[in-house]
Amino acid sequence: MNEILLETRGLAKRFGGLLATDAVSLTIRRGECHALIGPNGAGKTTLVGQLAGTLAPDAGSVLFAGRDVTAYAAHKRAALGLARSFQITSVLAGFSVEENVALAVQAVSGSSFRFWRRVAAEEELSTRALAVLRSVGLERAGGRRAGELSHGEHRQLELALALATRPQLLLLDEPMAGMGLEESQTMVELIAGLKGSHTLLLVEHDMDAVFRLADRISVLVAGRIIASGTGDEIRANPEVRSAYLGEEDAL
Amino acid sequence: MTVFRRRHAWLGALVALALVFPQLAAWLGQDFYVAFASRVLIWALLASSLNLLVGVGGMVSLGHAAFYGVGAYVVGIVATEAPQLSAALIAWPAAVAVSGLLALAIGAISLRTRGVYFIMITLAFAQMLFYVFVSLKAYGGDDGMAIARRSALPGLNLADEATFYYVVLALFALCLYALARLTASRFGRVLAGIKDNEARMESLGYATFRFKLVAIVISGAVAGLAGALMANLNTYVSPNMLYWDQSGTVLVMVILGGLGSLWGGLAGAGAYLLFEELATAVTPHWQIGLGALLLGVVFFAPAGIAGLFARRRR
Repeated sequence: MNEILLETRGLAKRFGGLLATDAVSLTIRRGECHALIGPNGAGKTTLVGQLAGTLAPDAGSVLFAGRDVTAYAAHKRAALGLARSFQITSVLAGFSVEENVALAVQAVSGSSFRFWRRVAAEEELSTRALAVLRSVGLERAGGRRAGELSHGEHRQLELALALATRPQLLLLDEPMAGMGLEESQTMVELIAGLKGSHTLLLVEHDMDAVFRLADRISVLVAGRIIASGTGDEIRANPEVRSAYLGEEDAL
Repeated sequence: MTVFRRRHAWLGALVALALVFPQLAAWLGQDFYVAFASRVLIWALLASSLNLLVGVGGMVSLGHAAFYGVGAYVVGIVATEAPQLSAALIAWPAAVAVSGLLALAIGAISLRTRGVYFIMITLAFAQMLFYVFVSLKAYGGDDGMAIARRSALPGLNLADEATFYYVVLALFALCLYALARLTASRFGRVLAGIKDNEARMESLGYATFRFKLVAIVISGAVAGLAGALMANLNTYVSPNMLYWDQSGTVLVMVILGGLGSLWGGLAGAGAYLLFEELATAVTPHWQIGLGALLLGVVFFAPAGIAGLFARRRR
């Protein structure tokens, strides 16, 4: 529980005059559910991009599982076990739901430079894909085209894709974004079910969900982490209360 | 079950027609059409190789003629410089290897770009090679070079149009089968995934660049084979084989026949060349008709000619 899985040291990213990430030092311990909150425009997605490797920081470093991965491309970090779900749904729209997940499973089960054998006949891929689909409650949607899913189902598939790669760390970028109350509830239950067996970094707006799920919370404001701690510590932190845009009701 | 049976009926009829075509043409007194059929098959091979890139992998290349033309020149140059090596079993694999290596080099650079930039950079490479061969006076410059005779294949006389046709048919069938296997394999699924959503594939841990590069090499190598066969069919190669309108023609064939569909290359090449053959007899401005045909396909049958058959089957 105390082993550090992901760590950033002095991470900085500038877009023109805007310092979107300002000397961010963040630690995520193996096994915890760590939430990253902050008002709109605080730089949460920018930070996630630098963790996942789709965005290169201007300064600082990212350490994952004891290794400096700052220079690693996104696919290399993913192969090391750093999986992400996207804030804006990003699935293979033309593929069936099961094929989507099977492709994610394939990424971590042997070489994909195989040119002859029919992939659809590889039972271990479809078996594992179905197991993952079951774990997110999509087992009945396996044959449908991913592009035809409802918004809530898309979010579940996002989670399934991330889970299927058997990650060490799951970066969930606003998994509840745009969801109705009922769908959100389902997603909260799903994520609650992952706690303990997975290390999670949860970027989320929904404060009820955050305080329910997170072991520790970091607050990002204007690119800086202004506080890190347990839910109670964050709630009691005066700096957070004043900086958090007067959304005291939310806290 | 009926779908299965009807599909096999189509395939069976097509194979039967392909197998008896030279006899049929001879019986009808239309021997000329045997060489025409070889030409269709070679273009179909070229279009199928491009279809792997464009239709399956989503990489729209406008420089495919480079691999095709270089494959043809390998046969021409070997025939001139080392006639003793112009055996098909040496010259043709050499064409495949050289085109594959060329695709590796061009791909390694071009794949750093995407979309319109990828189209332009592949076009630029092909045009550069076109001018290289235009300026190679030793090999005919812009006049091109004649090849004394077709490559030698043990036990077969390739000068005989029917024999040459069967060799082309066998190679086409072999390549199409291999492409079908490849498309349905792990590699093929990754390639299709990259076409669908490359960022997602990256975040799943796929080094997409490598997959795309391998696809270009395979595609370029097959195009090189098509070039080697065309050089043999015509016993002539010229820089025009590398010119950008050739890349455009084969891209039109792919769109006409069906992007990403196994039979798209054959359907597109067949329709294009047949249309050209029939329409040039009517008017030298046959490409106006071709334009109309292409518009019709794009608007009313976006899955191409092969897609029409697929839909009827369903």
